[in-house]
Amino acid sequence: MITLTLKEEPSVPLEAEMLSPDVTMKLTNEEIRRLPVYLGKRQRQVDDFFTVDGEASDRLEIHGDAGRVKWIGRGMTRGRITIRGRAGMHVGAYMKGGAIEVEGDVSDWLGAEMSGGVIRVHGNAGGQVGAAYRGSLSGMTDGTVIVDGSAGLEVGMRMKRGTIVVGKPARDFAGLQMKGGTIVLCGGAELRTGAWMNRGTIVSLTPLQLLPTFGYASTYNPTFLRLYARYLSAFGLALPADASYQRYTGDAAVPGKGEILVWNGAA
Amino acid sequence: MERRGVRIVDTFAEAFDMRAARVLITAASPRWAHTAAQSMTGFATSVIGCKVEAGIEADLVSHHTPDGRPGVSVLLFGFDVEGLAARLLDRVGQTVLTCPTTACFDGLPEAPDRVIVGGLLRHFGDRYQSSKFLDGRRYWRIPVMEGEFLVQEAFGVQKAIGGGNFLILAQDQPAALEAAEAAVAVMRRTAGVVLPFPGGVVRAGSKIGAKHYKKLVASTNDAYCPTLRARDDVTTQLPDGVNSVLEIVVDGLDHQAIEDALRTGIDAACRPGVVEITAGNYGGKLGKHQFHLHALLS
Repeated sequence: MITLTLKEEPSVPLEAEMLSPDVTMKLTNEEIRRLPVYLGKRQRQVDDFFTVDGEASDRLEIHGDAGRVKWIGRGMTRGRITIRGRAGMHVGAYMKGGAIEVEGDVSDWLGAEMSGGVIRVHGNAGGQVGAAYRGSLSGMTDGTVIVDGSAGLEVGMRMKRGTIVVGKPARDFAGLQMKGGTIVLCGGAELRTGAWMNRGTIVSLTPLQLLPTFGYASTYNPTFLRLYARYLSAFGLALPADASYQRYTGDAAVPGKGEILVWNGAA
Repeated sequence: MERRGVRIVDTFAEAFDMRAARVLITAASPRWAHTAAQSMTGFATSVIGCKVEAGIEADLVSHHTPDGRPGVSVLLFGFDVEGLAARLLDRVGQTVLTCPTTACFDGLPEAPDRVIVGGLLRHFGDRYQSSKFLDGRRYWRIPVMEGEFLVQEAFGVQKAIGGGNFLILAQDQPAALEAAEAAVAVMRRTAGVVLPFPGGVVRAGSKIGAKHYKKLVASTNDAYCPTLRARDDVTTQLPDGVNSVLEIVVDGLDHQAIEDALRTGIDAACRPGVVEITAGNYGGKLGKHQFHLHALLS
């Protein structure tokens, strides 16, 4: 295990995409301390900001307030990162495998365009969780993101596959232009949920104010949700499976073949 | 060798290579899961006549199924991967998709070969179907009048063994039937095997080809037909006092599973009224798997 302890919070965002198990797994302590990071436009090295204990491991633990440290775990394919506090933007972006756990809050673009692995945030997340970067066609294409707290704008924007769970309310445009995958909103969401969605599933355990371009289809018990309930139970999450859901299809403005399932138990 | 007064012939059961798939059927209740499983395994006694051999392997409690509902595990056996794929498509499509509340999952996720089932059945959805990709597996949701049918895209197919067998030679029909029923009851507790014939028992054992109808691929096993014992053109294999014979055929996922099933089955069949236990073989020419009865019971 490699432990990195932040000496003090950087004054401007620190870009630290080298903090990834793929990079550190074969490096000595000295080599890890000399890895490049960017403070604004200036190149610095890891030990300017972190004390480093351990070497040659695919398990990283980050201590301190890393709310301004960006790109942690970018593109990682294996291993585990545990962040014992806050984390900045782009945590787990382009991630392909492994696991990231954040004990505090994270900023925007959590798991953006990820294609595998699991991210668990015990606090709140910013906007664009699992989303596509501006100008990009697809957001996350596989993997799982679980945010125990709330989330910001555009959760799962243009996501294609994968699963996002948000424990508390998400802000506007959850599932914007969604192409596939599943978003579970345990605490519901604000306005325009599923706007322009083509495909995919949004499950809400709280009543939603839906766009008029979503039409009510039926009330039923979707068998496939049982698979998600079983899968998510491994993370300690309880998705009501033996229950009825109201199914709305849309967004007819596209027109899309997506669906929003609203748990009847919450009505 | 004797067991509880029943003579065990020093011979072997000859079995052959097959390919197998395991299908997990779940439903709202054990009754509906069983209904679908029984439909799926109907008319699947012999691969020669039915193109597939199938049977119910076990009932599954809800925490052993992918969707947490009660279910049934079904094993299907065919001669090759392509043939088995076609049978899976037919049978899942006609007997599980149509059965109320069911869903259908692969029971051999580690098998080396994968055949597309849900990925073809999805066309029944007429482009109203949708899929879910979760934990490395794709599932298809096909809209049906009752709600949705959920089926896994691909099913695993692995090497297997078919044709394990033994024959119960008894003094009369009730004794043979009682012994066969006892054997079936214990053999069905073995994981990884099915007994594809009606009730697990076959009364019409066959020989390869026919003496008098050259186009037949199989015909009655005259050497074990009690009513033919005195005919000049029949070389009977029946000892004196035997008036009824029943056979039990077992297909399994591996050699060990069939051995276990045969061992417990033969032991259970050694009951009053049974004269001899033997096995069917073709001198080792048909299949490469041999289950020697004495070795099984020693």
